[in-house]
Amino acid sequence: MKSYMGSVKSKLRRTPRAARKPLKITKVARAGVPEWHPVQLNRAELHRIATRVLELSPARETEVEVTSSADALTRFANNTIHQNVAEEGLHISIRVAVDGRTARATTNRTDDEALGLALATAMQLAKFQLKNPNLPPMPGPVKPLPLKGRPRRPSLSRYFPKTAEMSPEDRARVVRGVVGLAAGLGQVAAGIFSNGFSETILVNSRGLAMEHAESKCEFSVTMMEENSSGWAKASSPDAGMLDPLALAERASDKARASRNQREVAPGHYTVILEPAAVLDLAGFLFYDFAGTAVADQRSCLTGRMGKPLFGENITLWDDVYHSLQTGAPFDGEGMARQRVLLVENGLPRNLVYARATARKMKARPTGHGFALPNEYGEAPMNLVFAGGDSSVEEMIRTTERGILVTRLWYIREVEPYEKIMTGMTRDGTFLVENGAVVCGIRNFRFNQSLIAMLCNVEALSPAVRASGEESFDMVVPAMKVRDFHFTEVTRF
Amino acid sequence: MHEYAESAIETARLRGARYADARVIDLRQRDISTKNGEVGALSESESRGIGVRVLVNGAWGFASTDRLTREGVQLCAAHAVAIARASARVKVHNVELAAEPPRVDTWQNPFVKDPFRVSVEQQIAVLLAADSEMRAVRGVTLAEGGMAFRRIEQFFVSSAGSRIHQRRVQSGAGIVANSFLNDEIQQRSYPNSFGGQHALEGYELVESLDLPAHARRIGEEAVALHSAAQCPEGKRTIILDGSQLGLQIHESIGHPIELDRVLGMEANYAGMSFLTTEKLRTLQYGTEIVNVVADARLQHGPGLGTFGYDDEGVPAQCTRIITDGLFTGYLSSRETAAAIGETRSSGSMRADGWNRLPMIRMTNISLLPGAWRLEDLIADTDDGIFMETNHSWSIDDRRYQFQFSTEIGWEIRNGRKTRMLKNCSYSGITTEFWSSCDAICSRDYWTLWGTPNCGKGQPAQTMGTGHGAAPSRFRDVRVGIAFSQ
Repeated sequence: MKSYMGSVKSKLRRTPRAARKPLKITKVARAGVPEWHPVQLNRAELHRIATRVLELSPARETEVEVTSSADALTRFANNTIHQNVAEEGLHISIRVAVDGRTARATTNRTDDEALGLALATAMQLAKFQLKNPNLPPMPGPVKPLPLKGRPRRPSLSRYFPKTAEMSPEDRARVVRGVVGLAAGLGQVAAGIFSNGFSETILVNSRGLAMEHAESKCEFSVTMMEENSSGWAKASSPDAGMLDPLALAERASDKARASRNQREVAPGHYTVILEPAAVLDLAGFLFYDFAGTAVADQRSCLTGRMGKPLFGENITLWDDVYHSLQTGAPFDGEGMARQRVLLVENGLPRNLVYARATARKMKARPTGHGFALPNEYGEAPMNLVFAGGDSSVEEMIRTTERGILVTRLWYIREVEPYEKIMTGMTRDGTFLVENGAVVCGIRNFRFNQSLIAMLCNVEALSPAVRASGEESFDMVVPAMKVRDFHFTEVTRF
Repeated sequence: MHEYAESAIETARLRGARYADARVIDLRQRDISTKNGEVGALSESESRGIGVRVLVNGAWGFASTDRLTREGVQLCAAHAVAIARASARVKVHNVELAAEPPRVDTWQNPFVKDPFRVSVEQQIAVLLAADSEMRAVRGVTLAEGGMAFRRIEQFFVSSAGSRIHQRRVQSGAGIVANSFLNDEIQQRSYPNSFGGQHALEGYELVESLDLPAHARRIGEEAVALHSAAQCPEGKRTIILDGSQLGLQIHESIGHPIELDRVLGMEANYAGMSFLTTEKLRTLQYGTEIVNVVADARLQHGPGLGTFGYDDEGVPAQCTRIITDGLFTGYLSSRETAAAIGETRSSGSMRADGWNRLPMIRMTNISLLPGAWRLEDLIADTDDGIFMETNHSWSIDDRRYQFQFSTEIGWEIRNGRKTRMLKNCSYSGITTEFWSSCDAICSRDYWTLWGTPNCGKGQPAQTMGTGHGAAPSRFRDVRVGIAFSQ
């Protein structure tokens, strides 16, 4: 091994005095630290911090959420790793409730002084809060519902150590394979490969104690030719479930197939939306199912609950326990998340409720509340669509003239009650004629009511875990939709 | 705090980094919101940590930690070096940086009232007073308000010898009135949508906005929109108010001039840009009255893109982006400037916290004022639509084709603002749109708007940007297509 100390001395000799002055080389710097030092789960330390906060708190009711996380992301473009980052951090969020008033303070320091200061800040803020007769007392002990998965401690069923501990070298190896594929085909690759984990405990002074750990891994790639591109993306708590090279091949095929695009006139078309495109559109519905959104009359479901709204082939749940879903099985107050049927055969059936919203709206809490205090109440964060038995291939085969959409981009809400959404197609848009993909086409802008779209679904594939860029990951099918409204076309 | 950064730099250098910089940041934040007479969010947070960026074997590595101990930052620096070594295994060429002399300096934005010294009680009272005014209007079904304050203390140290201490204080506030009636939701915001106005100022910004004084008007407008005429469809002359034009500048000028996008570095996520490098100093971006700068200097104003130094230690600058309609400049970093043969970075590298890598971000991207009085501009318009306050925005991933909608519009007939219009929208192609600009109002109508929520990068970063704009007129613009059947 090359003499590390020799190298240190030689570098010190070259170091200008002014820059070297404050340096005191400690054992760590001199002896060398491990090249890779993954942060480990440390449940005991999180509990120690939380317990200390409860001990220090002068409030009648105190809630503490402590989260430790470590994330790393390797980013590549132009067939080169150009950004490569890692972060580790601790997040201590303290809520106090005093006489019907509640407030929150957050810190990332763990010493008694910092914890005491955060508590004092929360107490001070709470003093100025309006008294809220609807503020529920903090919940007592809650029994978490088990997540499906491996037969081990429920709080760890979405934690995969190999995923959490992947090194920069591991990620670089995968990226090198993808970049090699691109270069070999005369294409240019850009994307990310990330991994990490978070571990959370949520406790309160009434005895509630919830915990959850979850690893994560995500791969996304755009493969480009001179005038075309293709894209693919996937995520999972288990890196073993991802196949980056297969995703890159899929993106590469799309880039090749969409060379020399034609321009097609905007208008109403039958579209075949791949799961990522469905996800990014349908994801905009999530907050409409919040009890608070309906109470505030800003949901598209206001006045529409229980009445036919979507097509009969649309059924939707919120289900954190689904095997393809991720996330903690408890909400911001520590309540166990319930599986909720949101839409059944086109009829909006149920909303989700935080405890305070449920009290206001005379409903049962569903375990979907955000951390208090907040003005938004709750939301379903684990949407699962019922799928069908079709496939993208069959949808293409049965389409006389239509558009196949890989991905949508920059989607925004134009009108909130009919849910008119605008956005662009991107990275693989194709003309389908007489049951076959004919060619790539220039990207469209759409202006489309989401409600109308979900009335016009002609076929669904089985639901899969999909990843996009506009919505959090969901379990959705590909959809064939008639009369989808493309209003303009861009220059590429 | 400097000591932590210096210790990290030294560790990185000892581990083989050719270049390293570190930022130690202490962030404090306060967020307050109200809704229908109740306080919603009420929280304060603090976050401290260090981010270390290193160049090893011609490739970048970045690591961050909140363990602010000597051992913690040294481990972090060693981690950054290990990451850079992994990056170097997949590279086409070595990273080169445009030259920049080291700086030793302290910088702080001026402000009158520290927002963290103004009592929360007083801040809530202002929001509730505005809330009460909005809800006094019959038909307002949801009234919301919010304030946000940030204090960012940052210590930057580089292996080249820079030591820069910056302290920035920023404030923001806004209110929104919603009205639900007959299967229609309408909304009006003041002074802008999506959080109101934000600037590098103290609490004096909130006082100057006088939220309660404008609350009733926006409540009344939200209700009146239900009975307003629908925005027509077709080609029209439009006049955009300053806040909407600020977002138009952001999306159709600010993003495409980011040199990392141009060079493909954002291809997988934010996208690329139509402004390929051969267009520099050759593309006619707009009419000759269109002059746009990227100006991070304090003399431009207290914008969210104002600072003393960027996060590579490059001093704040003014870059001419569009000069008499001609495209003349990019937003660049030391790496991207060198990549296209420029001698110096434009000073645009910014990170949204200690745990994020600096990347090219907008500073204050501003359309310089013209000479028109707004009254004269309206009087000079025979048939047009005056559109106010953004409602939605969307643009393709190369920044050509856009569509915006606004909360409210007003028909202009024979030089007079006449009836109210609802559901206004317009769309176009970037260069065609800016080439249709034929009038810009004067500095009397010019505001440096703050956009606090600009997203970019993976992992995601949210940055505040500034956009100076005055109401301006555009000819022959497609309107109303968002609601076409």
